[in-house]
Amino acid sequence: MSAPTPSTARTGWILSIPALILLALGASGPLLIVVVYAFLEPGEYSGVVWNFTTEAWFRVFFERDIFDDTVSMADAHLTIFWRSVKLSVLTTLITFAIGFPTAWFIATRPAGQRALWLFLITIPFWTNLLIRTFAIMEVIRNQGLLNTALIGLGVIGEPIQILYTDTAVLIGMAYVYLPLMVLPLYAAIDRFDFRLVEAGYDLYATRWRVLRRVILPIVKPGIVAGSILVFVPSLGAYVTPRILGGGKNMMIGNFIELQFGQGRNWPLGAALSLILLAIVLVALLAYVRVTSSDRQDG
Amino acid sequence: MADAAVEARSASKEYGSGDRIVRALRDVSLTIRKGEFFTLLGPSGCGKTTLLRLIAGFEMPTSGTILLGNRDISRMPPYQRPVNTVFQSYALFPHLDVAENVGFGLTMRGQPKAEVERRVARMLALVKLEAFAGRKPQQLSGGQQQRVALARALAPSPEVLLLDEPLSALDLKLRKEMQLELKRLQHETGITFVFVTHDQEEALTMSDRIGVMRDGVILQVGGPREIYNRPVNRFVADFIGETNILAGRTEAGCVRLGSGDLIAVDNLNGAAEGAAVTLAVRPEQVRIGAGPLQGRVSNTVYFGTDTHCHLRMADDTEVVARMQSPPSGDVGLGEGATVAFDFVAGAVRVLED
Repeated sequence: MSAPTPSTARTGWILSIPALILLALGASGPLLIVVVYAFLEPGEYSGVVWNFTTEAWFRVFFERDIFDDTVSMADAHLTIFWRSVKLSVLTTLITFAIGFPTAWFIATRPAGQRALWLFLITIPFWTNLLIRTFAIMEVIRNQGLLNTALIGLGVIGEPIQILYTDTAVLIGMAYVYLPLMVLPLYAAIDRFDFRLVEAGYDLYATRWRVLRRVILPIVKPGIVAGSILVFVPSLGAYVTPRILGGGKNMMIGNFIELQFGQGRNWPLGAALSLILLAIVLVALLAYVRVTSSDRQDG
Repeated sequence: MADAAVEARSASKEYGSGDRIVRALRDVSLTIRKGEFFTLLGPSGCGKTTLLRLIAGFEMPTSGTILLGNRDISRMPPYQRPVNTVFQSYALFPHLDVAENVGFGLTMRGQPKAEVERRVARMLALVKLEAFAGRKPQQLSGGQQQRVALARALAPSPEVLLLDEPLSALDLKLRKEMQLELKRLQHETGITFVFVTHDQEEALTMSDRIGVMRDGVILQVGGPREIYNRPVNRFVADFIGETNILAGRTEAGCVRLGSGDLIAVDNLNGAAEGAAVTLAVRPEQVRIGAGPLQGRVSNTVYFGTDTHCHLRMADDTEVVARMQSPPSGDVGLGEGATVAFDFVAGAVRVLED
């Protein structure tokens, strides 16, 4: 193998210029605008006024009384943060609880059948998110499929109010993000050496302990990858909470939209976006740490 | 039997159903004694690994029972059986280090931490891997991984240790070393070893007793000498070591060979006068130079210490003679030369077919 000569190295740089321009315009540029906006004053109707201030960051966590300027915690904002994180964590847990047995099932099918099962898992991706969310709505609304069936079977007398609650948002998000959990889990379980299960049984580990002490630690990278893939978009979810949660059960995504729309506070919206980004980065950092320590060990 | 470690009573195992049924084990009855090194020997697909898996508990017999000591363990899950396995692939846990791998069984049995550590240290000393306690299995050589697998399976002091072709992945030199190592470990621990292999030499050198299997049936059980010198049938004779197989017909208490020569045998094995019989003679029991038989040298093959001389008799039956190579290395038998030879007295066996 010969080392690249200076001229081929330079050609490499020249060739990647289109990609670099795209990256600068498409990713770094907008991010930079968001960062700048977060330190400006809101315009009267929309947009920004070019005066430097940290008011937007202050307003994320605190609110000033309109009349006497007393400062108090912005409980409504914190509630939205808390609900977003809670619903995202719950979505991740639910998709894992359903996704792990599913991925296990697929990975243990004969090789020829696996492609078909994976295909079935990815079918929802082919339909627009909005339409899928409305379909969920049709299932869980008071006169929907679920309530009608339960009443018909005599299980309940009155329809259960699911739509426009956190439960509805949770059902919707778990449904939408399930494939993102199943696919990395499948990839990890597919590589798993099933003879290790026998080794575990042989060494006095019960089924539960084989799962806890052998299978889960070994497929951990898949679990972490799936969790990140579900958690990150859940946290920024916009369509699902908007439709299934009604107007009241906002998540960060809806709250940010509100600031750029009716709220007419672009700097606050920008600051909230950056906080969302920070939470995602922390999650990604955790992922990198977990997987790289695995690689170091073996 | 009071001294039985493992017993199989009419154990059968079938896979599949209907037309595609595979009978991996057919009505196998076998007793393995306490403290012995027992080898299940046979070609691949003979059912030896299935029998091992029945003892380990990974499979349940379709019919019949498996006893450990005097308990019926046929339906007991593997994690309740005081039996441990050394897997062909080793199956070491990649997320645990060597010490954690070796201690896994003890931890699962709820032994206190200090006891586990003490026992792991002893096991690692036994297999001479003290210095590798903190390594991950992937950082070890094949031979070292093998020893970790052994230590891991021995650590919980099982009543029986099952070894599923554990040496097949090692190169020849390492395999010879590990054969001795296994014998030493078995001697030091006093644990009953049940060893599965398709390598007849491995079986002969290591075992107290051997069970030769084919097509889900045990053909013969006996010590290495018995199996080698008194094989019950043609398959065993052929599979264990090298054998000359000769066809003949009984005649007046002797056997008339295809070449027309009449030779004496010790025991006709109940064959009727004039019946067709199969004879077996080991190559080292063929003496070249003098005797009533004649053969034409078709080939000589030099093996170092030994030289094999292939002879063709009048009816084209091939007989191989094994001789010690002389210091010059040349046995002095040119191809095409006709030589006289004989079988050592008592060496010719009449086989059941």
